[in-house]
Amino acid sequence: MNRELYGSLIFEHSCKGRRGFSLPRNPYKHVELPEKLRRSQPLDLPEVDEPTVVRHYTNSSNNNFGVDTGFYPLGSCTMKYNPKINDEMAADPVISRLHPLQPVSTTQGALEIYYTLQQALSEIGGMAEFTLNPFAGAHGELTGLMTIHAYHDSRSDWARTKVIVPDSAHGTNPASAAVCGYKIVEVKSLPDGTVDVDDLKSKLGPDIAAVMMTNPNTVGMFEKHIPEIAEAVHACGALMYYDGANLNPMLGVCRPGDMGFDVMHINLHKTFSTPHGGGGPGSGPIGVRKGLEQFLPNPRVVKLADGTFDVVCEDSALGRVSQWLGNFAVEIRALSYIMSLGSENLMMVGKLATLNANYIMQALRDLYLLPIEGPCKHEFVFDGLKDKSTGVTTLNVAKRLLDFGFHAPTIYFPLLFHESLMIEPTETETRETLDRFIAVMRQIAGEAASDPELVKSAPHLTPISHPDDTEAALHPLPTYRSLL
Amino acid sequence: MHRYLPHTEQDIAQMLEACQAKSLDDLYSDVPEQLKLKRPYQLPAEMSEKEVRDFFAAMRAKCTQLVCFGGAGYYDHYAPAVINALISRSEFLTAYTPYQPEISQGTLQYIFEYQSMMTSLTGLDVSNASMYDGATATAEAMLMCVAAARKKNRVLISATMNPAVADVVRTYARYHGVALEVIPEKNGVTSRAEFEEMMQAGDVAGVIVPAPNFFGIVEDYTGWADLCHKYKALFVMNCQASALAAIKTPGEWGADIAVGDAQSLGMPLNYGGPYLGYMCCTNALIRKMPGRIVGATKDKDGKRVFVLTLQAREQHIRREKATSNICSNQGLMALYVTIYMSLMGPEGLKQVNELSADGAHYMAHHLTETGAMHLLHPHEPYHNEFLMKLEKVTADQVLAATLAEGIFGGVKLADDLLLIAVTEMQSKADIDRYIDIIRKLTTE
Repeated sequence: MNRELYGSLIFEHSCKGRRGFSLPRNPYKHVELPEKLRRSQPLDLPEVDEPTVVRHYTNSSNNNFGVDTGFYPLGSCTMKYNPKINDEMAADPVISRLHPLQPVSTTQGALEIYYTLQQALSEIGGMAEFTLNPFAGAHGELTGLMTIHAYHDSRSDWARTKVIVPDSAHGTNPASAAVCGYKIVEVKSLPDGTVDVDDLKSKLGPDIAAVMMTNPNTVGMFEKHIPEIAEAVHACGALMYYDGANLNPMLGVCRPGDMGFDVMHINLHKTFSTPHGGGGPGSGPIGVRKGLEQFLPNPRVVKLADGTFDVVCEDSALGRVSQWLGNFAVEIRALSYIMSLGSENLMMVGKLATLNANYIMQALRDLYLLPIEGPCKHEFVFDGLKDKSTGVTTLNVAKRLLDFGFHAPTIYFPLLFHESLMIEPTETETRETLDRFIAVMRQIAGEAASDPELVKSAPHLTPISHPDDTEAALHPLPTYRSLL
Repeated sequence: MHRYLPHTEQDIAQMLEACQAKSLDDLYSDVPEQLKLKRPYQLPAEMSEKEVRDFFAAMRAKCTQLVCFGGAGYYDHYAPAVINALISRSEFLTAYTPYQPEISQGTLQYIFEYQSMMTSLTGLDVSNASMYDGATATAEAMLMCVAAARKKNRVLISATMNPAVADVVRTYARYHGVALEVIPEKNGVTSRAEFEEMMQAGDVAGVIVPAPNFFGIVEDYTGWADLCHKYKALFVMNCQASALAAIKTPGEWGADIAVGDAQSLGMPLNYGGPYLGYMCCTNALIRKMPGRIVGATKDKDGKRVFVLTLQAREQHIRREKATSNICSNQGLMALYVTIYMSLMGPEGLKQVNELSADGAHYMAHHLTETGAMHLLHPHEPYHNEFLMKLEKVTADQVLAATLAEGIFGGVKLADDLLLIAVTEMQSKADIDRYIDIIRKLTTE
């Protein structure tokens, strides 16, 4: 990463008359739309030559940090290595040019890829069936809740208007439930970070449609009362929803279907190694247990008796959540990852991710406050530095880490602690990387005691430092035009 | 172990010791025994990189690339070589959401450029950092209308909207509890009379119309925004992004929100995704807009820098009170269209639109001359897509005959209705070949 800010915008390289495009000659007679239907405003796009475009984005990329740059211990985000073969398979010259509506006789390979991944995820999730159509984790949550809604509707069970969400849940859980038209009932966490089962049970009733949980939860602890919870939830007629954000440590150990969950989503961009792309595209397939398949969204990929594949729409489905079959190029990457690892290595992923997390936790707990005891799973949360007298906050520690070439952990989430610092190393990091991270975290704790100002004024070695967020929100400047 | 898993036996032993655990299973002592998976996954064993490559090559062999006259919301435009080279840079590709602006200026800067270009394309004031696709962006616009209107719950959508997009909007409406009603179509365009009547019935929070519409027609929305505003409803336009360089913009029509798919900006068809949903709106609505927004500010040394801003609207702060549950944007695809628009500039986009629209008119004219078909709505202006009413042949016959020549002949809407799209990717020779096939079909 370049520590000097590149900083210029493509608009600032524009020069009237330059061009960066190459198009065939127009052999047709020109036809104009009627004037009242035509664009009359000028189009303010830059005019730049091709080399300038290439240099601009190359230089700009040098101010970015990715998984390929360095260690990315971002809690709940599972920033594992993104294998290169996956990208190459996704860029297939034929498959990447298929039109969704061209005859299925000409897209059998694409449908087989979809179907094969669907089957693999069903096995990994312990579910009867999957759809790959949702575009992201939050979209998967919404689709999963719609599936649950459609299930209750099919039974004319109209009274179920609420969804239970733990107070430690990702913000998307309550937001997805609200978009799906549900009211939210929050359930408390115990001091050990797990769900208060008594509080949960007291909130169950004929008005509850579903309980959303992630396991392990957002503090990295396994909800060991999950069989008891699932039993009580099912007894009241509600369904169990599994937020797959934390699925990685469960690979090879325990399947959501076996824990008693009815509906789940998987973030292919977390557990199945597809790149995050600076915020997307992701993919959020959802799986359902037997008896709920008919509610999955249209369109569906099915295998016919003669071994060929087709795309169908069902009346019983919850509706459509995507025009076609989701982020297909992301799905290709996930299948490539599953095939590259194979059954035997997938069985090891969870355990190694958990080992890496515990290794860091144990090595730092004398200097950072560990609010919850016991072996963590893929991630854990420190409640800031142990020594609170220095005034050095979690934000300061996170920013100081940037000076040492590490991405910051997730900070101030979960909301259970004031100074949450959530660390998830993933299984693809070497022990040497973890040791280096541990050494830096220890050094920062030392600096906090000896020279707190050094930590509080960090970062010092990044292209920019201390951007004024307040001013950005107070007087939004969201376009180039607003800068002129 | 595997090449993605760096742990040696010795690493594992020493790390376990540091964790005071005897085995990897010890780290799962809190997982009840009866929940544990006691067998390996029933999945294929590890494949070498070559075997993975062979598998996907076999899948490719079961697909056929066709000369594509299919549109219906997905358009086969040319993707300049530069784009793939740049978006493959792992600094962009393998980054997370830019929550740490100090080491994410690359991402934040292109999102800012993206927002700037999209506002110019749509003629509106602000853009978010992008959404999943055009259909979900349209559904989000519907939710935004209802949230902005507070008590009002009716949203109107034109019957000329792409039906797959309308289906997604309908799904969101059904579960969110929005009364979504369809404004009927008349002669290929949205019925103005019925629109007025439905507005007069009251309680309308928003109106959603397409441009061009599903049949390729560029509808005249003169006065629509005024009528919406008279009834305090928001006017939402779903527009094909590339066409906005040629057709009257949402800003010029007086729309409050513009949404749609940006796939037409040179994005590979990719069998349906990933694409990009864009959303732009007026300044008045910025705090109601879902999704991320990047803004410019200064850092402590006075440098112009970019940050995620107005986050108080978003789910990680507002939880169930957020405008939307969206927690991502199509980052890499936003970079895609930003580079595309940088390369194309105003002149390139103009030429792409001319090639597409002129080619479509050439094709429609000569297909009509065959006597086998004619435009269903001959008096409505269209852009690069048109709806043919078939006379002497059926849609299945046309599709079979073109497919035999390696051509995807269009999207069948009924036995006698075929929707055909043209872009710069089909040469004049391709179009002539298509016309010849139809000629032969009718003389047989």
